[in-house]
Amino acid sequence: MANKGWDEFDAGAILFTFNEKVDNIATTLAEDRPYSPSSSFTASVGDWRIEKPIFNKDYCIDCQFCWIYCPDVSIIARDKKMIGIDFDHCKGCGICVEVCPTNPKSLLMFTEHLDDDACLAGWPEKDEKEK
Amino acid sequence: MADKMDLLDVEVWDGNMAASQAMRQAQIDVVAAYPITPSTPVVENYGMFEANGYIDGVFVMVESEHAAMSACIGAAAAGGRVATATSSQGFALMVETLYQASGMRLPIILNVVNRALAAPLNVNGDHSDMYLGRDSGWIQFNAYNAQDAYDLNLIAFKVAEDHKVRLPAMIHQDGFMTSHTAEGVHTLSDETAYKFIGDYKPMNAMLDFEKPATYGVQTEEDWHFEHKSRQHNDLMTKVNPVIQEVFDAFEKETGRKFDFVTNHKLDDADVAIVAMGTTVDTAMMVADQLRAEGKKVGVLGLRVIRPFPFEKLAAALSNVKAVCCMDRSAPGGTVGMLYNEICGAMYNSGNHPVITGYVYGLGGRDMTVEYLKGIFADGQANADAGKATTSLQQFIGVRGPKLSFL
Repeated sequence: MANKGWDEFDAGAILFTFNEKVDNIATTLAEDRPYSPSSSFTASVGDWRIEKPIFNKDYCIDCQFCWIYCPDVSIIARDKKMIGIDFDHCKGCGICVEVCPTNPKSLLMFTEHLDDDACLAGWPEKDEKEK
Repeated sequence: MADKMDLLDVEVWDGNMAASQAMRQAQIDVVAAYPITPSTPVVENYGMFEANGYIDGVFVMVESEHAAMSACIGAAAAGGRVATATSSQGFALMVETLYQASGMRLPIILNVVNRALAAPLNVNGDHSDMYLGRDSGWIQFNAYNAQDAYDLNLIAFKVAEDHKVRLPAMIHQDGFMTSHTAEGVHTLSDETAYKFIGDYKPMNAMLDFEKPATYGVQTEEDWHFEHKSRQHNDLMTKVNPVIQEVFDAFEKETGRKFDFVTNHKLDDADVAIVAMGTTVDTAMMVADQLRAEGKKVGVLGLRVIRPFPFEKLAAALSNVKAVCCMDRSAPGGTVGMLYNEICGAMYNSGNHPVITGYVYGLGGRDMTVEYLKGIFADGQANADAGKATTSLQQFIGVRGPKLSFL
């Protein structure tokens, strides 16, 4: 955003989410919404994450638990199918992993710097003791 | 739809009831309040109106004054007309949220029934809480009696909600002396009062689903200064013209004239007392008595505390030779606020009266006619001598050895 002067703001330090008036927002996909530059949708705010969730689609049953529970709307899903994670907004809280019901889990936390393929290659086997 | 209330042209109300009735007539969307002496009856009366079917809006009972103002902020940001009331310790607990309300430019109306601040604990009237709020970015109106409390509530809604202003406003009245003293109050009918204030016009409502707004953003060193500057600029340049418009409209409607400062016989006066609250009415009565004896004295009442009316005040005091500033708050290691502001207003004004300060009335101690006569006499001595004949700061009405400084 440009460095505006004091006389160029809306009173009250108010920020508007969208550039224009919107309707049917619930049925409009995020990438099709007219988000304004002051909306965090267009900003990368995940840089303080130290552990990242890695998604393994081989085990996912598309239950959507992670999508519902994610506090930052960082689970990307289309047509009720889990697609992946929005790492520009994910803070690495691990709630998606906690609520994942599959065995083994379809989401696991790994240290931020690890290679994604290496994480998937080392995915744990099904835990037989767990019923 | 709420019932209308039939009012007599003159009702016997105390300051609290006057404020409650004005709030009822404003058709407020949300009142969130926590009771504290001496402002309790403001919201108690309002709750009674609600229970009896005279209120359409929501009355929210909360767990503290901090929560009360927080709920008001949420409701105002959502896009409704909002008001509450408090005093003293409750006001102190609200202070953190007062800055949120003004910083977010939310036109909340707060009735402050002024009371001392502990310790020692005290429920009676002085201006300590009013002074605590003076840097909070709110507009502050000052009532001298119950009639003012009623009128200024109606005026405050109209000023605060104007889209050129969009700032919260307090109406101050003296605890017990105004809030619990029954007086004849000239009323407006419900229709006339509401029509004067007008419908609430939302601006950037958070719950506008077509254009949602984020309130309460964080700004660090790269943005914060600009937002605070915008707010200060609007306080200094945008608010007073709107207050003047609303004062004029109110006079046209009621015949009752308000000004930023009350000028009582100052034009040919040698000595002026400057005061706030009930002391203004008492000092005007004393000035009239002294005028009958041929003494050239007058009174300046400060009607609008913030934004401080520098030019209006300096103009009203442009011919006086001595000014006695009456501060009803312990100044905490410096001069009183009024003394400070008036010295600041007069220094570059072209008139340099002798200015002295008096700390008085703490915790509800009476300011008597005799004290005021003594202060006018001090002022006359200063005017005659052309310099201060007393200490610059005196304590009036306190027991023990004479207390004065500077």
